[in-house]
Amino acid sequence: MVDLVWFQLLSAALFVIGLYGVMARRSAVLIVMSIELMLNAVNINLIAAASHMEGTGSFAQFDGQLIAIFIITVAAAEVGLALAIILRMFRNRSTVNVDEIDLMKW
Amino acid sequence: MAWFLFIILAVLSIGGGLGVVLTRNVVHAALFLLVSLIAVAGVYLILFAEFLALVQVLIYGGAIIIVILFAVMLTRSSDYPRISDNKQWPLAAVAALALLGVLVPSFVINSVEGTKAQNASFTGIGESLFTTWAVPFEIASLVLLVALIGAIIIARSGPGES
Repeated sequence: MVDLVWFQLLSAALFVIGLYGVMARRSAVLIVMSIELMLNAVNINLIAAASHMEGTGSFAQFDGQLIAIFIITVAAAEVGLALAIILRMFRNRSTVNVDEIDLMKW
Repeated sequence: MAWFLFIILAVLSIGGGLGVVLTRNVVHAALFLLVSLIAVAGVYLILFAEFLALVQVLIYGGAIIIVILFAVMLTRSSDYPRISDNKQWPLAAVAALALLGVLVPSFVINSVEGTKAQNASFTGIGESLFTTWAVPFEIASLVLLVALIGAIIIARSGPGES
């Protein structure tokens, strides 16, 4: 049986990869993809804790899985909005590189 | 057996994630993301979260990847086949590795003795979702509605545009 800590380490690795992507990429589309990776890392963590610590402490039985469902819902909404914003950005500035969108930069 | 599957899925998901952040081609990055997300669905199966695995494949594999590919297609930049990273990428790598250096020891030191992974039935999830979590569930539907309407309003062309 795989211990809880290995799932947590997997989630830490995915989160760090996503964080690197958010900071290092220039294209807004790739930044959205990296955010999806980070959200998935959080979901792995929640679901692993839910299924390994079920009934212990203050955990109700399905709380972790249900929070993960809500995270997936918010992720879907976020991707839809991100697509709209990226389209608008591309139409106005003909670029999706976030470092060229510097109208409000001092 | 669980270990064998876990190692394969971990390699696939981390490899897919690295592909997303390292490849030079946007479409390849989207396909790497698909590999990573499907591997994460497999991880949910190891954790006996069948419903979440199903949702993951349907929503991430089905909807979100398609939406991202739409974004790639509709914003056809000339530099998509050979994109470049920020100048600050070494700094980003250092920061990310520093976070990893904090997370890994904290998970290992504070490791809890969990119970064995247990099965969670569809019935129980549904019951919990519509009793204890009924209010967040309704708010989630409102969030989706607002996000969709907002996306339509942002993306449609205004009166002065073609």
